[in-house]
Amino acid sequence: MHPLMARLAATAPVITDGAWGTQLQARGLPIGACPDAWNLTHPEQVQAVAAAYVAAGSRIILTNTFGATRINLARHGLADQAVAINRAGAELSKAAAGDQALVFASIGPSGKMLMLGETSAEELAAAFAEQATALAAGGADGIVVETMSDLDEARLALAAAKATGLPVVVSMTFSAGKAKDRTVMGVTPEQAAVALEEAGADAVGANCGLGIEEVVPICARLHAASALPIWIKPNAGLPVLVDGVARYNTGAAEFVAHVPALLAAGASFIGGCCGSTPDFIRALAATVATGAPQEAPS
Amino acid sequence: MENLKTLYTAIVEGDAKTAKAVAESAIAAGVPPQQLLNEIMIPAMDEVGRLFEANEYFVPELLISARAMKWALEVIKPHLIAGGAQPAGRVAIGTVKGDLHDIGKNLVAAMLEGGGFEIIDLGVDVGADQFLEAYRTKQVDIVALSALLTTTMPSMKQIIDEFKAAGVRDKVKIIVGGAPVTAEYAGEIGADGYSENASSAVTLARSLVGAG
Repeated sequence: MHPLMARLAATAPVITDGAWGTQLQARGLPIGACPDAWNLTHPEQVQAVAAAYVAAGSRIILTNTFGATRINLARHGLADQAVAINRAGAELSKAAAGDQALVFASIGPSGKMLMLGETSAEELAAAFAEQATALAAGGADGIVVETMSDLDEARLALAAAKATGLPVVVSMTFSAGKAKDRTVMGVTPEQAAVALEEAGADAVGANCGLGIEEVVPICARLHAASALPIWIKPNAGLPVLVDGVARYNTGAAEFVAHVPALLAAGASFIGGCCGSTPDFIRALAATVATGAPQEAPS
Repeated sequence: MENLKTLYTAIVEGDAKTAKAVAESAIAAGVPPQQLLNEIMIPAMDEVGRLFEANEYFVPELLISARAMKWALEVIKPHLIAGGAQPAGRVAIGTVKGDLHDIGKNLVAAMLEGGGFEIIDLGVDVGADQFLEAYRTKQVDIVALSALLTTTMPSMKQIIDEFKAAGVRDKVKIIVGGAPVTAEYAGEIGADGYSENASSAVTLARSLVGAG
Protein backbone atom coordinates (compact mmCIF):
# COMPACT_ATOMS: atom_id res chain seq x y z
CA MET A 1 0.00 0.00 0.00
CA HIS A 2 1.12 3.56 -0.70
CA PRO A 3 2.64 5.08 2.48
CA LEU A 4 0.22 8.04 2.41
CA MET A 5 -2.74 5.64 2.25
CA ALA A 6 -1.31 3.63 5.15
CA ARG A 7 -0.96 6.81 7.23
CA LEU A 8 -4.51 7.90 6.43
CA ALA A 9 -5.99 4.49 7.14
CA ALA A 10 -4.26 4.48 10.53
CA THR A 11 -6.28 7.59 11.47
CA ALA A 12 -9.62 6.29 10.15
CA PRO A 13 -12.39 7.24 9.94
CA VAL A 14 -11.40 9.99 7.54
CA ILE A 15 -14.10 12.43 6.44
CA THR A 16 -14.10 13.16 2.72
CA ASP A 17 -16.38 15.62 0.92
CA GLY A 18 -19.89 15.86 -0.52
CA ALA A 19 -21.43 16.53 -3.93
CA TRP A 20 -19.94 19.10 -6.33
CA GLY A 21 -22.33 19.31 -9.27
CA THR A 22 -25.31 20.51 -7.25
CA GLN A 23 -23.09 22.99 -5.37
CA LEU A 24 -21.88 24.45 -8.67
CA GLN A 25 -25.46 24.66 -9.94
CA ALA A 26 -26.38 26.60 -6.80
CA ARG A 27 -23.59 29.00 -7.79
CA GLY A 28 -24.99 29.50 -11.27
CA LEU A 29 -23.72 26.59 -13.40
CA PRO A 30 -26.38 26.32 -16.12
CA ILE A 31 -28.13 23.02 -16.72
CA GLY A 32 -26.47 21.12 -19.56
CA ALA A 33 -23.22 23.12 -19.28
CA CYS A 34 -19.88 21.39 -18.75
CA PRO A 35 -19.08 21.59 -15.00
CA ASP A 36 -15.39 20.83 -15.48
CA ALA A 37 -14.96 23.81 -17.83
CA TRP A 38 -15.70 26.08 -14.86
CA ASN A 39 -12.16 25.34 -13.60
CA LEU A 40 -11.03 27.75 -16.32
CA THR A 41 -14.03 30.08 -16.72
CA HIS A 42 -15.26 30.41 -13.09
CA PRO A 43 -12.29 29.35 -10.93
CA GLU A 44 -13.45 31.42 -7.94
CA GLN A 45 -16.77 29.54 -7.81
CA VAL A 46 -15.06 26.14 -8.02
CA GLN A 47 -12.62 27.09 -5.28
CA ALA A 48 -15.54 28.30 -3.15
CA VAL A 49 -17.13 24.83 -3.29
CA ALA A 50 -13.84 23.23 -2.28
CA ALA A 51 -13.39 25.78 0.53
CA ALA A 52 -16.92 25.10 1.84
CA TYR A 53 -16.05 21.42 2.28
CA VAL A 54 -12.73 22.21 3.96
CA ALA A 55 -14.53 24.58 6.35
CA ALA A 56 -17.15 21.90 7.05
CA GLY A 57 -14.47 19.47 8.21
CA SER A 58 -13.41 17.43 5.18
CA ARG A 59 -9.95 15.92 5.66
CA ILE A 60 -9.91 14.91 2.00
CA ILE A 61 -11.56 16.97 -0.72
CA LEU A 62 -11.96 15.94 -4.33
CA THR A 63 -11.69 18.05 -7.49
CA ASN A 64 -14.06 19.35 -10.14
CA THR A 65 -12.64 16.97 -12.74
CA PHE A 66 -15.08 14.03 -12.68
CA GLY A 67 -15.95 14.43 -16.38
CA ALA A 68 -12.63 15.79 -17.61
CA THR A 69 -11.13 13.07 -19.76
CA ARG A 70 -10.76 14.29 -23.32
CA ILE A 71 -13.41 11.71 -24.28
CA ASN A 72 -16.04 13.37 -22.04
CA LEU A 73 -14.89 16.89 -22.85
CA ALA A 74 -15.20 16.20 -26.59
CA ARG A 75 -19.00 16.23 -26.16
CA HIS A 76 -18.67 19.91 -25.27
CA GLY A 77 -16.01 20.60 -27.91
CA LEU A 78 -13.37 20.99 -25.19
CA ALA A 79 -11.13 17.94 -25.77
CA ASP A 80 -8.09 20.10 -26.48
CA GLN A 81 -8.45 21.74 -23.06
CA ALA A 82 -8.27 18.50 -21.09
CA VAL A 83 -4.82 19.15 -19.64
CA ALA A 84 -5.59 22.75 -18.63
CA ILE A 85 -8.97 21.85 -17.08
CA ASN A 86 -7.53 18.99 -15.00
CA ARG A 87 -4.49 20.88 -13.87
CA ALA A 88 -6.61 23.89 -12.85
CA GLY A 89 -9.05 21.59 -11.03
CA ALA A 90 -6.27 20.14 -8.89
CA GLU A 91 -4.74 23.59 -8.25
CA LEU A 92 -8.10 25.09 -7.16
CA SER A 93 -8.76 22.30 -4.66
CA LYS A 94 -5.18 22.52 -3.37
CA ALA A 95 -5.51 26.26 -2.87
CA ALA A 96 -8.75 25.74 -0.90
CA ALA A 97 -7.31 22.84 1.10
CA GLY A 98 -4.17 24.62 2.28
CA ASP A 99 -2.76 22.57 5.13
CA GLN A 100 -6.26 21.64 6.38
CA ALA A 101 -7.05 18.87 3.95
CA LEU A 102 -5.60 16.60 1.28
CA VAL A 103 -6.76 16.63 -2.32
CA PHE A 104 -7.73 13.37 -4.02
CA ALA A 105 -8.46 14.23 -7.62
CA SER A 106 -11.55 12.77 -9.25
CA ILE A 107 -11.55 10.64 -12.39
CA GLY A 108 -14.99 9.50 -13.57
CA PRO A 109 -16.03 7.05 -16.29
CA SER A 110 -15.58 7.98 -19.94
CA GLY A 111 -19.26 7.59 -20.73
CA LYS A 112 -18.35 5.23 -23.57
CA MET A 113 -18.82 1.50 -23.42
CA LEU A 114 -15.87 -0.70 -24.30
CA MET A 115 -18.13 -3.68 -25.01
CA LEU A 116 -20.13 -1.78 -27.62
CA GLY A 117 -16.91 -0.78 -29.34
CA GLU A 118 -17.68 2.90 -28.65
CA THR A 119 -14.11 3.30 -27.45
CA SER A 120 -11.01 1.14 -27.28
CA ALA A 121 -8.72 0.13 -24.42
CA GLU A 122 -5.95 2.15 -26.08
CA GLU A 123 -8.07 5.29 -26.36
CA LEU A 124 -9.24 4.96 -22.74
CA ALA A 125 -5.73 4.33 -21.42
CA ALA A 126 -4.40 7.40 -23.24
CA ALA A 127 -7.26 9.63 -22.04
CA PHE A 128 -6.93 8.52 -18.40
CA ALA A 129 -3.13 8.90 -18.55
CA GLU A 130 -3.46 12.46 -19.87
CA GLN A 131 -5.96 13.31 -17.12
CA ALA A 132 -4.01 11.66 -14.28
CA THR A 133 -0.74 13.30 -15.33
CA ALA A 134 -2.37 16.75 -15.41
CA LEU A 135 -3.99 16.19 -12.00
CA ALA A 136 -0.64 15.18 -10.52
CA ALA A 137 1.00 18.23 -12.12
CA GLY A 138 -1.67 20.38 -10.46
CA GLY A 139 -0.55 19.09 -7.06
CA ALA A 140 -3.08 16.36 -6.22
CA ASP A 141 -2.13 14.21 -3.21
CA GLY A 142 -4.02 11.19 -4.50
CA ILE A 143 -6.48 10.10 -7.17
CA VAL A 144 -10.01 8.70 -6.85
CA VAL A 145 -11.30 6.70 -9.79
CA GLU A 146 -15.03 6.81 -9.06
CA THR A 147 -18.55 5.87 -10.16
CA MET A 148 -17.20 3.01 -12.28
CA SER A 149 -19.46 0.22 -13.59
CA ASP A 150 -17.09 -1.67 -15.85
CA LEU A 151 -14.10 -3.43 -14.25
CA ASP A 152 -12.06 -3.22 -17.45
CA GLU A 153 -12.49 0.55 -17.63
CA ALA A 154 -11.79 0.85 -13.88
CA ARG A 155 -8.57 -1.12 -14.30
CA LEU A 156 -7.43 1.08 -17.19
CA ALA A 157 -8.06 4.23 -15.12
CA LEU A 158 -6.31 2.66 -12.11
CA ALA A 159 -3.22 1.79 -14.15
CA ALA A 160 -3.06 5.33 -15.56
CA ALA A 161 -3.51 6.87 -12.10
CA LYS A 162 -0.90 4.61 -10.48
CA ALA A 163 1.66 5.61 -13.07
CA THR A 164 1.73 9.07 -11.43
CA GLY A 165 3.07 7.53 -8.21
CA LEU A 166 0.13 8.87 -6.19
CA PRO A 167 -2.11 6.66 -3.99
CA VAL A 168 -5.23 5.58 -5.88
CA VAL A 169 -8.75 4.79 -4.63
CA VAL A 170 -11.10 2.94 -6.98
CA SER A 171 -14.80 3.24 -6.22
CA MET A 172 -17.62 1.60 -8.15
CA THR A 173 -21.36 2.20 -8.25
CA PHE A 174 -23.46 -0.73 -7.05
CA SER A 175 -27.15 -0.18 -7.72
CA ALA A 176 -28.22 -2.72 -10.34
CA GLY A 177 -29.95 -6.06 -10.11
CA LYS A 178 -32.73 -7.22 -7.85
CA ALA A 179 -30.67 -6.92 -4.69
CA LYS A 180 -29.11 -3.60 -5.85
CA ASP A 181 -25.71 -5.12 -5.21
CA ARG A 182 -24.22 -5.20 -8.72
CA THR A 183 -22.85 -2.56 -10.99
CA VAL A 184 -24.78 -2.02 -14.22
CA MET A 185 -22.22 -4.36 -15.82
CA GLY A 186 -23.04 -7.05 -13.25
CA VAL A 187 -19.92 -6.72 -11.06
CA THR A 188 -20.38 -7.76 -7.41
CA PRO A 189 -18.61 -6.06 -4.47
CA GLU A 190 -16.49 -9.21 -4.04
CA GLN A 191 -15.42 -9.27 -7.69
CA ALA A 192 -14.58 -5.56 -7.55
CA ALA A 193 -12.61 -5.80 -4.30
CA VAL A 194 -10.56 -8.80 -5.41
CA ALA A 195 -9.86 -7.56 -8.95
CA LEU A 196 -8.98 -4.01 -7.92
CA GLU A 197 -6.73 -5.11 -5.05
CA GLU A 198 -4.97 -7.42 -7.47
CA ALA A 199 -4.60 -4.54 -9.95
CA GLY A 200 -2.86 -2.43 -7.32
CA ALA A 201 -5.54 -0.13 -5.86
CA ASP A 202 -4.64 1.44 -2.50
CA ALA A 203 -8.29 1.53 -1.39
CA VAL A 204 -11.56 0.28 -2.87
CA GLY A 205 -15.04 1.57 -2.41
CA ALA A 206 -18.59 2.32 -3.40
CA ASN A 207 -20.09 5.68 -4.31
CA CYS A 208 -23.30 7.04 -5.78
CA GLY A 209 -26.26 4.85 -6.73
CA LEU A 210 -27.45 4.00 -3.24
CA GLY A 211 -28.36 5.84 -0.07
CA ILE A 212 -26.30 5.38 3.10
CA GLU A 213 -28.53 2.71 4.64
CA GLU A 214 -28.40 0.51 1.52
CA VAL A 215 -24.63 0.90 1.17
CA VAL A 216 -23.87 -0.61 4.61
CA PRO A 217 -24.05 -4.26 3.43
CA ILE A 218 -22.04 -3.35 0.28
CA CYS A 219 -19.35 -1.86 2.52
CA ALA A 220 -19.29 -5.00 4.67
CA ARG A 221 -18.88 -7.19 1.58
CA LEU A 222 -16.05 -5.05 0.15
CA HIS A 223 -14.35 -5.17 3.56
CA ALA A 224 -14.73 -8.93 3.87
CA ALA A 225 -13.29 -9.49 0.39
CA SER A 226 -10.27 -7.20 0.66
CA ALA A 227 -7.55 -6.13 3.08
CA LEU A 228 -7.62 -2.60 1.65
CA PRO A 229 -9.18 0.44 3.35
CA ILE A 230 -12.79 1.00 2.24
CA TRP A 231 -13.96 4.31 0.72
CA ILE A 232 -17.73 5.02 0.88
CA LYS A 233 -19.68 7.99 -0.54
CA PRO A 234 -23.42 7.27 -0.67
CA ASN A 235 -26.11 9.52 -2.07
CA ALA A 236 -28.37 11.55 0.19
CA GLY A 237 -31.11 8.96 -0.26
CA LEU A 238 -32.76 8.26 -3.58
CA PRO A 239 -33.88 11.09 -5.83
CA VAL A 240 -37.56 11.96 -5.93
CA LEU A 241 -38.87 14.07 -8.76
CA VAL A 242 -40.73 17.19 -7.75
CA ASP A 243 -42.02 19.15 -10.76
CA GLY A 244 -39.40 17.45 -12.89
CA VAL A 245 -36.54 18.45 -10.59
CA ALA A 246 -34.64 15.83 -8.57
CA ARG A 247 -34.76 16.21 -4.80
CA TYR A 248 -32.87 13.98 -2.41
CA ASN A 249 -34.97 12.96 0.52
CA THR A 250 -32.39 12.14 3.19
CA GLY A 251 -31.38 15.05 5.41
CA ALA A 252 -28.00 15.41 7.10
CA ALA A 253 -29.29 14.19 10.49
CA GLU A 254 -30.83 11.07 9.01
CA PHE A 255 -27.68 10.47 6.97
CA VAL A 256 -25.32 10.49 9.93
CA ALA A 257 -27.62 8.25 11.96
CA HIS A 258 -26.32 5.40 9.76
CA VAL A 259 -22.65 6.31 10.20
CA PRO A 260 -22.03 4.00 13.20
CA ALA A 261 -23.34 1.07 11.15
CA LEU A 262 -21.14 2.07 8.24
CA LEU A 263 -18.08 2.26 10.51
CA ALA A 264 -18.94 -1.13 11.97
CA ALA A 265 -19.11 -2.47 8.42
CA GLY A 266 -15.50 -1.43 7.91
CA ALA A 267 -15.58 1.99 6.22
CA SER A 268 -12.34 3.98 6.60
CA PHE A 269 -13.26 6.94 4.40
CA ILE A 270 -16.75 8.45 4.54
CA GLY A 271 -18.33 11.26 2.57
CA GLY A 272 -21.40 11.90 0.45
CA CYS A 273 -22.30 11.75 -3.23
CA CYS A 274 -25.32 13.21 -5.09
CA GLY A 275 -27.55 15.43 -2.98
CA SER A 276 -25.10 15.84 -0.09
CA THR A 277 -23.88 19.30 0.98
CA PRO A 278 -21.36 20.90 3.35
CA ASP A 279 -24.03 20.50 6.08
CA PHE A 280 -23.74 16.72 5.69
CA ILE A 281 -19.97 16.93 6.10
CA ARG A 282 -20.33 19.14 9.21
CA ALA A 283 -22.73 16.60 10.73
CA LEU A 284 -20.44 13.74 9.71
CA ALA A 285 -17.39 15.40 11.28
CA ALA A 286 -19.30 16.00 14.52
CA THR A 287 -20.57 12.42 14.58
CA VAL A 288 -17.13 10.93 14.03
CA ALA A 289 -15.57 13.27 16.61
CA THR A 290 -17.99 12.27 19.35
CA GLY A 291 -18.81 8.74 18.24
CA ALA A 292 -22.53 9.52 18.20
CA PRO A 293 -24.89 10.96 15.59
CA GLN A 294 -25.32 14.73 15.96
CA GLU A 295 -28.10 17.02 14.90
CA ALA A 296 -27.21 18.74 11.67
CA PRO A 297 -26.65 22.46 12.09
CA SER A 298 -29.50 24.31 10.44
CA MET B 1 -34.67 -29.78 -35.61
CA GLU B 2 -31.37 -30.26 -33.79
CA ASN B 3 -29.71 -27.63 -35.93
CA LEU B 4 -32.24 -24.97 -35.04
CA LYS B 5 -31.89 -25.69 -31.34
CA THR B 6 -28.20 -24.84 -31.83
CA LEU B 7 -29.18 -21.45 -33.24
CA TYR B 8 -31.39 -20.81 -30.19
CA THR B 9 -28.58 -21.74 -27.80
CA ALA B 10 -26.01 -19.72 -29.73
CA ILE B 11 -28.11 -16.56 -29.39
CA VAL B 12 -28.88 -17.15 -25.71
CA GLU B 13 -25.20 -17.79 -24.99
CA GLY B 14 -23.98 -14.97 -27.21
CA ASP B 15 -22.00 -17.14 -29.64
CA ALA B 16 -22.22 -14.93 -32.74
CA LYS B 17 -20.07 -17.14 -34.99
CA THR B 18 -22.18 -20.22 -34.39
CA ALA B 19 -25.41 -18.22 -34.72
CA LYS B 20 -24.29 -16.96 -38.11
CA ALA B 21 -23.09 -20.37 -39.31
CA VAL B 22 -26.26 -22.18 -38.24
CA ALA B 23 -28.47 -19.50 -39.79
CA GLU B 24 -26.55 -19.87 -43.06
CA SER B 25 -26.88 -23.65 -43.14
CA ALA B 26 -30.57 -23.49 -42.22
CA ILE B 27 -31.28 -21.05 -45.06
CA ALA B 28 -29.25 -23.26 -47.44
CA ALA B 29 -31.30 -26.27 -46.31
CA GLY B 30 -34.47 -24.40 -47.21
CA VAL B 31 -35.82 -23.47 -43.81
CA PRO B 32 -38.17 -20.49 -44.30
CA PRO B 33 -36.51 -17.34 -42.88
CA GLN B 34 -39.77 -16.26 -41.26
CA GLN B 35 -39.84 -19.52 -39.34
CA LEU B 36 -36.22 -19.06 -38.20
CA LEU B 37 -37.03 -15.58 -36.96
CA ASN B 38 -40.34 -16.25 -35.25
CA GLU B 39 -39.79 -19.74 -33.88
CA ILE B 40 -36.11 -19.65 -32.97
CA MET B 41 -34.46 -16.25 -32.93
CA ILE B 42 -37.09 -14.06 -31.30
CA PRO B 43 -37.84 -16.69 -28.63
CA ALA B 44 -34.08 -16.85 -27.97
CA MET B 45 -33.97 -13.09 -27.37
CA ASP B 46 -37.05 -13.43 -25.16
CA GLU B 47 -35.12 -15.95 -23.08
CA VAL B 48 -32.21 -13.49 -22.88
CA GLY B 49 -34.67 -10.88 -21.60
CA ARG B 50 -36.02 -13.34 -19.04
CA LEU B 51 -32.49 -14.13 -17.80
CA PHE B 52 -31.82 -10.40 -17.50
CA GLU B 53 -34.99 -9.85 -15.48
CA ALA B 54 -34.02 -12.82 -13.29
CA ASN B 55 -30.61 -11.25 -12.58
CA GLU B 56 -28.80 -14.12 -14.23
CA TYR B 57 -27.72 -11.85 -17.08
CA PHE B 58 -26.39 -8.30 -16.83
CA VAL B 59 -25.53 -5.74 -19.49
CA PRO B 60 -22.46 -7.57 -20.88
CA GLU B 61 -24.46 -10.77 -21.49
CA LEU B 62 -27.29 -8.75 -23.08
CA LEU B 63 -24.81 -7.17 -25.44
CA ILE B 64 -23.15 -10.36 -26.61
CA SER B 65 -26.52 -12.02 -27.16
CA ALA B 66 -27.73 -8.97 -29.10
CA ARG B 67 -24.61 -9.25 -31.26
CA ALA B 68 -25.25 -12.95 -31.97
CA MET B 69 -28.84 -12.07 -32.87
CA LYS B 70 -27.63 -9.32 -35.17
CA TRP B 71 -25.22 -11.63 -37.00
CA ALA B 72 -27.96 -14.22 -37.56
CA LEU B 73 -30.41 -11.49 -38.61
CA GLU B 74 -27.96 -10.24 -41.23
CA VAL B 75 -27.91 -13.72 -42.74
CA ILE B 76 -31.68 -14.08 -42.99
CA LYS B 77 -32.58 -10.44 -43.72
CA PRO B 78 -32.12 -10.56 -47.54
CA HIS B 79 -34.30 -13.69 -47.64
CA LEU B 80 -36.94 -12.09 -45.45
CA ILE B 81 -37.06 -9.04 -47.70
CA ALA B 82 -37.10 -11.21 -50.85
CA GLY B 83 -40.07 -13.01 -49.30
CA GLY B 84 -41.84 -9.70 -48.80
CA ALA B 85 -41.54 -9.67 -45.00
CA GLN B 86 -41.50 -6.35 -43.19
CA PRO B 87 -39.35 -5.49 -40.17
CA ALA B 88 -41.15 -5.52 -36.81
CA GLY B 89 -41.23 -1.75 -37.07
CA ARG B 90 -39.08 1.31 -37.57
CA VAL B 91 -37.80 3.20 -34.52
CA ALA B 92 -36.24 6.66 -34.42
CA ILE B 93 -34.19 6.82 -31.25
CA GLY B 94 -32.21 9.63 -29.64
CA THR B 95 -31.03 11.23 -26.42
CA VAL B 96 -33.05 14.39 -25.89
CA LYS B 97 -32.00 18.04 -26.24
CA GLY B 98 -29.42 19.15 -23.70
CA ASP B 99 -28.32 15.62 -22.86
CA LEU B 100 -25.11 14.15 -24.29
CA HIS B 101 -25.25 10.67 -22.74
CA ASP B 102 -25.55 7.82 -25.16
CA ILE B 103 -24.82 4.53 -23.39
CA GLY B 104 -28.43 3.85 -22.42
CA LYS B 105 -29.71 4.90 -25.81
CA ASN B 106 -27.18 2.67 -27.59
CA LEU B 107 -28.11 -0.30 -25.41
CA VAL B 108 -31.80 0.11 -26.18
CA ALA B 109 -31.01 0.50 -29.90
CA ALA B 110 -28.92 -2.71 -29.85
CA MET B 111 -31.69 -4.66 -28.10
CA LEU B 112 -34.43 -3.32 -30.40
CA GLU B 113 -32.33 -4.25 -33.41
CA GLY B 114 -31.97 -7.73 -31.95
CA GLY B 115 -35.74 -7.76 -31.58
CA GLY B 116 -36.18 -7.28 -35.32
CA PHE B 117 -36.73 -3.52 -35.41
CA GLU B 118 -35.14 -1.20 -37.90
CA ILE B 119 -33.28 1.55 -36.05
CA ILE B 120 -32.75 5.15 -37.06
CA ASP B 121 -30.26 6.50 -34.53
CA LEU B 122 -30.48 10.28 -34.31
CA GLY B 123 -27.64 10.50 -31.77
CA VAL B 124 -27.50 12.78 -28.73
CA ASP B 125 -28.79 16.30 -27.99
CA VAL B 126 -31.72 15.69 -30.35
CA GLY B 127 -34.51 18.28 -30.50
CA ALA B 128 -38.18 17.97 -31.46
CA ASP B 129 -37.51 19.22 -35.00
CA GLN B 130 -35.11 16.34 -35.69
CA PHE B 131 -37.55 13.75 -34.33
CA LEU B 132 -40.35 15.29 -36.42
CA GLU B 133 -38.13 15.29 -39.49
CA ALA B 134 -37.36 11.58 -38.95
CA TYR B 135 -41.06 10.86 -38.53
CA ARG B 136 -41.94 12.71 -41.74
CA THR B 137 -39.20 11.37 -43.99
CA LYS B 138 -38.61 7.85 -42.69
CA GLN B 139 -42.09 6.51 -41.89
CA VAL B 140 -41.26 5.86 -38.28
CA ASP B 141 -43.59 3.72 -36.14
CA ILE B 142 -41.98 4.49 -32.80
CA VAL B 143 -40.07 7.45 -31.43
CA ALA B 144 -37.82 6.47 -28.50
CA LEU B 145 -36.54 9.21 -26.17
CA SER B 146 -33.65 8.76 -23.75
CA ALA B 147 -32.45 11.04 -20.93
CA LEU B 148 -29.86 10.40 -18.23
CA LEU B 149 -30.17 13.69 -16.39
CA THR B 150 -33.02 14.89 -14.23
CA THR B 151 -32.34 18.29 -15.75
CA THR B 152 -32.97 17.14 -19.33
CA MET B 153 -36.12 15.11 -18.68
CA PRO B 154 -38.32 18.14 -19.40
CA SER B 155 -37.06 17.97 -23.02
CA MET B 156 -39.09 14.75 -23.34
CA LYS B 157 -42.28 16.63 -22.60
CA GLN B 158 -41.34 19.39 -25.05
CA ILE B 159 -40.80 16.84 -27.82
CA ILE B 160 -44.15 15.18 -27.16
CA ASP B 161 -45.82 18.60 -27.10
CA GLU B 162 -44.23 19.47 -30.46
CA PHE B 163 -45.64 16.28 -31.99
CA LYS B 164 -49.06 17.38 -30.69
CA ALA B 165 -48.62 20.89 -32.07
CA ALA B 166 -47.66 19.42 -35.45
CA GLY B 167 -50.89 17.40 -35.40
CA VAL B 168 -49.13 14.03 -35.71
CA ARG B 169 -49.05 12.86 -32.09
CA ASP B 170 -51.54 10.05 -32.79
CA LYS B 171 -49.64 8.83 -35.85
CA VAL B 172 -46.65 7.59 -33.90
CA LYS B 173 -45.94 5.81 -30.61
CA ILE B 174 -43.57 7.63 -28.26
CA ILE B 175 -41.64 5.67 -25.63
CA VAL B 176 -39.31 7.03 -22.97
CA GLY B 177 -36.56 5.72 -20.71
CA GLY B 178 -33.35 6.56 -18.85
CA ALA B 179 -32.06 6.50 -15.30
CA PRO B 180 -34.24 9.27 -13.80
CA VAL B 181 -37.37 8.48 -15.84
CA THR B 182 -40.25 6.68 -14.13
CA ALA B 183 -43.53 5.18 -15.30
CA GLU B 184 -45.31 8.01 -13.46
CA TYR B 185 -43.33 10.63 -15.32
CA ALA B 186 -44.00 8.88 -18.64
CA GLY B 187 -47.72 9.00 -17.88
CA GLU B 188 -47.57 12.61 -16.78
CA ILE B 189 -46.01 13.80 -20.05
CA GLY B 190 -48.30 11.70 -22.22
CA ALA B 191 -45.84 9.08 -23.51
CA ASP B 192 -47.24 5.81 -24.88
CA GLY B 193 -44.86 3.69 -22.89
CA TYR B 194 -41.96 3.51 -20.48
CA SER B 195 -39.32 0.85 -20.07
CA GLU B 196 -37.10 0.41 -17.04
CA ASN B 197 -34.33 -1.28 -19.02
CA ALA B 198 -33.09 -2.11 -22.51
CA SER B 199 -34.47 -5.62 -22.40
CA SER B 200 -38.06 -4.76 -21.61
CA ALA B 201 -37.94 -1.95 -24.19
CA VAL B 202 -38.21 -4.69 -26.83
CA THR B 203 -41.36 -6.16 -25.27
CA LEU B 204 -42.80 -2.68 -24.99
CA ALA B 205 -42.01 -1.76 -28.61
CA ARG B 206 -43.50 -5.03 -29.88
CA SER B 207 -46.70 -4.51 -27.91
CA LEU B 208 -47.05 -0.98 -29.31
CA VAL B 209 -46.73 -2.02 -32.95
CA GLY B 210 -48.85 -5.12 -32.43
CA ALA B 211 -45.96 -7.43 -33.31
CA GLY B 212 -46.64 -10.04 -30.78
